Amino acid sequence: MGYRDDGPDLRFGRKLLSLNWGLVLLITITASVGFAMLYSAAGGDVQPWAIRQIIRFGGGAFLMLVIALIDIRFWMRWAYLIYAVALVLLLAVEFVGTTGMGATRWVSLGFFNLQPSEVMKIALVLALARYFHGLSLEDTGRITYLLPPLALIGMPTLLVLKQPDLGTALLLAAGGSIVLFLAGVRLWKFALALGAALAAMPIAWSQLHEYQKGRIMTFLNPESDPLGAGYHIMQSKIALGSGGISGKGFLEGTQSHLNFLPEMRTDFIFTMLAEEFGMVGGLALMGLYILILIYAYAIGFRSRHQFGRLVAVGIATTFFLYIFINIGMVTGILPVVGVPLPLISYGGTAMLTLLIGFGLILSVSIHRDVEIPRSRG
Amino acid sequence: MRGRVEKARYPVFTRRALMLGGMKAALFAGLGARMYYLQVIEGDQYKMLADENRINLALLAPPRGRILDRRGVPVATNRQNFRVLIVPEQTKSVEETLDRLNQIVPVSDQTRARVLRDVSRKRRFVPISVVDNLTWEEFARINVRSPDLPGIQLDVGQTRDYPLGVYLGHTVGYVGPVSEKDLKQGDGDPLLELPGFRTGRRGLERSFEGTLRGAAGNQRVEVNAFGRVIRELSRTEGRPGSDIQLTIDARLQRIATQALRPESGAAVVMDVHNGDVLAMASTPGFDPNAFNVGIGNSEWQRLLRNSRKPLTDKTIAGRYPPGSTFKMAVALAAMDANVAGAAHRVFCNGKHVLGNHTFHCWKRWGHGWMDLNDALTQSCDIYFYDIARRVGVEKIAVMAERLGLGQTLLPELPGESAGLVPNPAWKEGAIGEAWQGGETLIMGIGQGYLLATPLQLATMAARLANGERAVSPRLVFRDEQDVEAPPLGLSKDALRHVRQGMNDVVNGKRGTARAHRITREGWEMAGKTGTSQVRRISRAERESGVLKNEDIEWRSRDHALFVAFAPVDKPRYALSVVVEHGGSGSAAAAPVARAIMEATLELDPAANRRQRVAVSPEREG
Repeated sequence: MGYRDDGPDLRFGRKLLSLNWGLVLLITITASVGFAMLYSAAGGDVQPWAIRQIIRFGGGAFLMLVIALIDIRFWMRWAYLIYAVALVLLLAVEFVGTTGMGATRWVSLGFFNLQPSEVMKIALVLALARYFHGLSLEDTGRITYLLPPLALIGMPTLLVLKQPDLGTALLLAAGGSIVLFLAGVRLWKFALALGAALAAMPIAWSQLHEYQKGRIMTFLNPESDPLGAGYHIMQSKIALGSGGISGKGFLEGTQSHLNFLPEMRTDFIFTMLAEEFGMVGGLALMGLYILILIYAYAIGFRSRHQFGRLVAVGIATTFFLYIFINIGMVTGILPVVGVPLPLISYGGTAMLTLLIGFGLILSVSIHRDVEIPRSRG
Repeated sequence: MRGRVEKARYPVFTRRALMLGGMKAALFAGLGARMYYLQVIEGDQYKMLADENRINLALLAPPRGRILDRRGVPVATNRQNFRVLIVPEQTKSVEETLDRLNQIVPVSDQTRARVLRDVSRKRRFVPISVVDNLTWEEFARINVRSPDLPGIQLDVGQTRDYPLGVYLGHTVGYVGPVSEKDLKQGDGDPLLELPGFRTGRRGLERSFEGTLRGAAGNQRVEVNAFGRVIRELSRTEGRPGSDIQLTIDARLQRIATQALRPESGAAVVMDVHNGDVLAMASTPGFDPNAFNVGIGNSEWQRLLRNSRKPLTDKTIAGRYPPGSTFKMAVALAAMDANVAGAAHRVFCNGKHVLGNHTFHCWKRWGHGWMDLNDALTQSCDIYFYDIARRVGVEKIAVMAERLGLGQTLLPELPGESAGLVPNPAWKEGAIGEAWQGGETLIMGIGQGYLLATPLQLATMAARLANGERAVSPRLVFRDEQDVEAPPLGLSKDALRHVRQGMNDVVNGKRGTARAHRITREGWEMAGKTGTSQVRRISRAERESGVLKNEDIEWRSRDHALFVAFAPVDKPRYALSVVVEHGGSGSAAAAPVARAIMEATLELDPAANRRQRVAVSPEREG
């Protein structure tokens, strides 16, 4: 067990210097956009949301830097264990979880309400990255070697689906599959899996909860019930559309401030941003996200080890999925599944997950040149 | 080893990562396109929707005009309506809150069922009315306990109040919710669509709807998603409804109603100079305030089924054979046609034979020789059979109409009957039979097809008393100049004889109403009794003696009537009284008439002239 420290000697100071400060800056700018929006959501006050979000970000950012400075091989070594802990926590949700909004998603750790499905998003990428790091391309092509990663993806996905949390389950399945894709699993196998998934849809549909069915149905035709479940989507489109090209101005978003917009500080915060800053503001935020993704990709490409590559691009893809699903949802092209806008939406767990994820990407960046053997020993 | 594996893996990773990146770029482009579509292409439409969302146009109901009596005392006004609403989303349980409310003010099972039904139909934040018209005390009690009553909202609205209640219910009428029919054929007034808006449904409330209603104001308010008003953007004040002032004297109205009670009947008091209706009482009545609170179906059915017809305004819609009160008209017709003067004499032996029919006098054995004055004073029927036959139905009918019968007189009151003044042409058309000579005789004593309303009888008395002008009743003061009534066109001499007859009916030695004369000097009343038959008296009954009214059931008894004016020498007021199935006019109607006339003279504003209050802004110049 263990790793030999046979890479370049990286002392603390040098590590700090080699940290990808550009990415850290981009993350901070993006989070600051979130603070501004929460300030606006409170009607021009840092209380009660913006200030808490700043504190959370401060704590999360510190954690991110700590994780970044820890040797990447440490993370690889503990990848499976982290995954196992996350899985146990997910199981714990089943038995001792806290119920809220009709779904059981949290376990209380006394001081902190933890959402294990969030932890799992990172843990799954880590575990899969470690698995494929140790696998040659030939082995990757063999069906038998595909079974363990499928189990790694399948177990948490099913547990999360049972909570029930359709959005996160899809994110986990998609995020995991992307790592498989990056690792070189044949495309026809994905096609096969997709076909199987489509075939299983009728069965899955019958297993869905009423509110989940309702959300999908209203997504297909939101105008059918403007005062009921379609309300969120309609109001979101109205707020967003009325923002126009340049928006109504900071703190001037009428729809958001008059409470027409539901959950404006969490899932629908993008709508508020697009109402106040218009298309220009919305596209600018997307630009920031794209820059962050490019940084993550660059880090992935520059990593000399497969683990780092898979971790960087895998986590970046999870990050992308959050963005795409959230914006797609508020603009009415995807069903409302309750996925926050990364780094912007109010909420502790998602922020923490993302910052831990970026911590790992930064760690890959610092330790891009370390040698990691393909297998133990 | 490592190198070989890396050589194989790295390009695959790079290729696939780039593929993935391309896909992400495409998806981002899709999001951008979507934003362009929503914010630029459809932006204007969403801006409009956003304003619709945000801006509520609220109608402001104008305060309804008041109805005042001649001295400015309100008879229909607005008062604060203390009510309790419930907002379901603020309750823990609607039922529980209602239970607690029930401990403070009674909440009937019906109310409860209605509230729960409304709760299930409306959105959770829409307030639902629970109870209305609470007293200030109840309201205050609920207010104090409101922390224990989650979801309860207190509200002060406006509701109509009728201080005179049952005393003027028929005339004033009441307001009620806007009906589907009104909405359909509505005048386009948006107020009609305002929830809870009420319009006049009966009486003056209905006929003066246009004056009383006023015009809607509006208020543009910014609301949040819960419908809560955040701020007012603009406000246009409406025009409050205009007051109307009646000629009615509320005090006299009350006295007249009380004088009629407990009988069912009607009384109208008119000023003989200008036609002002000082009182128009109809008993039994209904309390319009009951319709405000919302009258129950059983109560409504009870009012409808009551054989004494409390919902009918008998002063304008009650049609009665005028009986002997019509005799002045017959006498005037005869004198006007120079058929029979005041000196014309007829011998009354109790019977008048025409063809094979015998017509009887109310006095079985007859009055003996009668001239006009005797005949009026003692109400001899034979005399009037005689002169009616001489003058003919056509001329009697014309005279009846000149005196105000057979026509509506107060177009501003809905539901007025024109009564009926028959003539041969009418009978031909309506019944399809030829006029019979005997019918002229019966008309001569105010019976048969002839029907008059108490308002018409009062008008007749007023015209007789006035002598110069054909005054018409007036109920509502208007701004336009008083138009002088057209001349009556009757000979002074004929009128003098008739009035003298009426004087003697009350004050003469043998007058039928002598028992009920007014003795106070200067207040003397002249009048005429009437007892109009409701049923036919058979030959057999005639022979065995006509049944006394007390011996037959109420609905077959004679109507008792009285028309009068006073003071005799300088007439100022005229009145009519009808006591339905009251028996004889002298016994049942005359005392009521005297009581009302005395009160009228008591209140006579020779001392206190009518004090007009401004019903519209003063006109300059």
